[in-house]
Amino acid sequence: MHPLEWMAWTWPTALFFLGIAAALIGMLAWELASPTVQRRGFLPISTTRGDRFFIGLLGSAFIHLAWIGVTDQSVWFALAVSLLWMATVMRFG
Amino acid sequence: MEKTYNNRAWLLVIPVFVIVAFSAIIPLMTVVNYSVQDIFGPGQRFFVGAEWYKETLRDPRLHGAFLRQIAFSLTILAIEVPLGIAIALALPTRGWGVSASLVLLALPLLIPWNVVGTIWQIFARADIGLGGRLLAELGVDYNYARDPIDAWITVVVMDVWHWTPLVVLLCYSGLRAIPPAFYQAAQVDGASSWAVFRYIQLPKLTGVLTIAVLLRFMDSFLIYTEPFVLTGGGPGNATTFLSQFLATAAVGRFDLGPAAAFSIIYFLFILLFSWLFYTAIMRIQTGER
Amino acid sequence: MRLRSLALIFYFILLMLPIYWLLLMSLQTTDQILGGFKFFPEQPTLANFARILTDYSWYSGYLNSLSYVALNTIISLSVALPAAYAFSRYRFIGDKHMFFWLLSNRMAPPAVFLLPFFNLYSTIGLFDTPIAVALAHCLFNVPLAVWILEGFMSSVPREIDEMAYIDGYSFPHFFVRIFMPLIRSGIGVTAFFCFMFSWVELLLARTLTSVNAKPIVVTMTRTVSAAGMDWGLLAAAGVLTIVPGAIVIWFVRNYIAKGFALGRV
Repeated sequence: MHPLEWMAWTWPTALFFLGIAAALIGMLAWELASPTVQRRGFLPISTTRGDRFFIGLLGSAFIHLAWIGVTDQSVWFALAVSLLWMATVMRFG
Repeated sequence: MEKTYNNRAWLLVIPVFVIVAFSAIIPLMTVVNYSVQDIFGPGQRFFVGAEWYKETLRDPRLHGAFLRQIAFSLTILAIEVPLGIAIALALPTRGWGVSASLVLLALPLLIPWNVVGTIWQIFARADIGLGGRLLAELGVDYNYARDPIDAWITVVVMDVWHWTPLVVLLCYSGLRAIPPAFYQAAQVDGASSWAVFRYIQLPKLTGVLTIAVLLRFMDSFLIYTEPFVLTGGGPGNATTFLSQFLATAAVGRFDLGPAAAFSIIYFLFILLFSWLFYTAIMRIQTGER
Repeated sequence: MRLRSLALIFYFILLMLPIYWLLLMSLQTTDQILGGFKFFPEQPTLANFARILTDYSWYSGYLNSLSYVALNTIISLSVALPAAYAFSRYRFIGDKHMFFWLLSNRMAPPAVFLLPFFNLYSTIGLFDTPIAVALAHCLFNVPLAVWILEGFMSSVPREIDEMAYIDGYSFPHFFVRIFMPLIRSGIGVTAFFCFMFSWVELLLARTLTSVNAKPIVVTMTRTVSAAGMDWGLLAAAGVLTIVPGAIVIWFVRNYIAKGFALGRV
């Protein structure tokens, strides 16, 4: 038996975590290239870039949960909505 | 004084990161993996996508446990926070009474959680427990093992007994941090004791109260051991809260997929609440400086 | 004023009553407990305590608990000390997010981690050892230790660090010889809190052990229900689990609020 069998990896989850890791590394590179400035957007608190990234991710998770809980449509639509939300928060949050 | 900016400080944080990541990130990734598959045994598993999430999110038993959890957390907050403030205000401020009070208050907090359950299991029994016996003498028909409402009340009373001292301790240390000059000024102005509380003590308590609410809300959201020992989640499902529900599914029935999907949902809610509280605490702290 | 004191005394009586009742039960045999209702023990007996302290299956539970709790306290403190120093003295990329991530682990439900922990520690061959429980408890104790220590360290003026560096002390030398003695009380309180939260936890300790490393909290839930309810013995075991904490409270009484407030008071 493969030593990592207990973790029960699948391609979709592996890609998901690679995506998250890549995004974190990207955020780090961006931060090193041009440090973030705290600012106040449409969110009720002033945020840094990293804060907005976290808010975007957490919001996306709940968009997915709501989508799966309420509709029977494909999850891909939820992903599209999440990406839109993510972009909005990062740009205007 | 402003902190210095130095990325080499990361070197000091790495050991913590590694050890917590081992206990947190690897298991969390595993839970995500489990949550999208139907697992029968080693090597026998099938990708099912969001199926378990759909099933869990629409499970009426989960909705029940979630509503009970919210009701429980709000109930104990509504009792423990005002009671804690009141007791903290009444505590002595000097003399031998201070140390004695602090030690007595801390005692329930240090009892292993299953022993807390055991204490109340014994205390609330009508045959050998003082509490149950007193109620029986008063003619109250009380049995926490049979009646859902009695079980609920017992679990709430147990939690209030166990954790109100925490709120008291936090408020008390908050009150002690108020400079005496504030009280003298209030005395000169002839302020009533209510005015002193409303305009001097309460504002100064905001910080510690946020922490008290944070800890009590989050920890009550994770409550498992005490009701597990006292009522086992029963009678029926009356005192089955979220952790109990999850532990039963995960260890009791070994339903890996649904338990994992539920874990992720549970965790996301915890993450959301933690973040809201953390942001609030940080705002209060930077606002006060 | 008098009303206030009376109310306070009433509260303390209510607070102590359930604990007194446990103590009362532990001083009687089960026959005496079931035989009649009384407020004071008529013939107090230490038989229950004697049985726990001489029966291996009982006292081994205490030894197991103490060993993983001690191990956990040592691990938590040794990794948390440098990290807390970094958080209290420096800004660095991702510091706030790191701090929040640590807090979120303190808040995470242990129930979520049950399944993977069981599989993880079985795979690496640590299942049913004190090390497994000690490492698992790091999940919430390491973040807690970092938070409390950061609070204590931030109250030490930063000028002291700078003076030491100007005097030519190296960082390790300064940290161990000068800084750690300054926050002695903070380290003591943190150790106490790590000890305590590891001591009171049941769910993870129960899942990660079966026979050899079975902690006392588990011995209590299993043995008793299997052998029928021996209330006196159960109560005595309970009383013995309170003793270690009760002894130490006196020393940390003035810091206990700070510990619970994650170093924020």
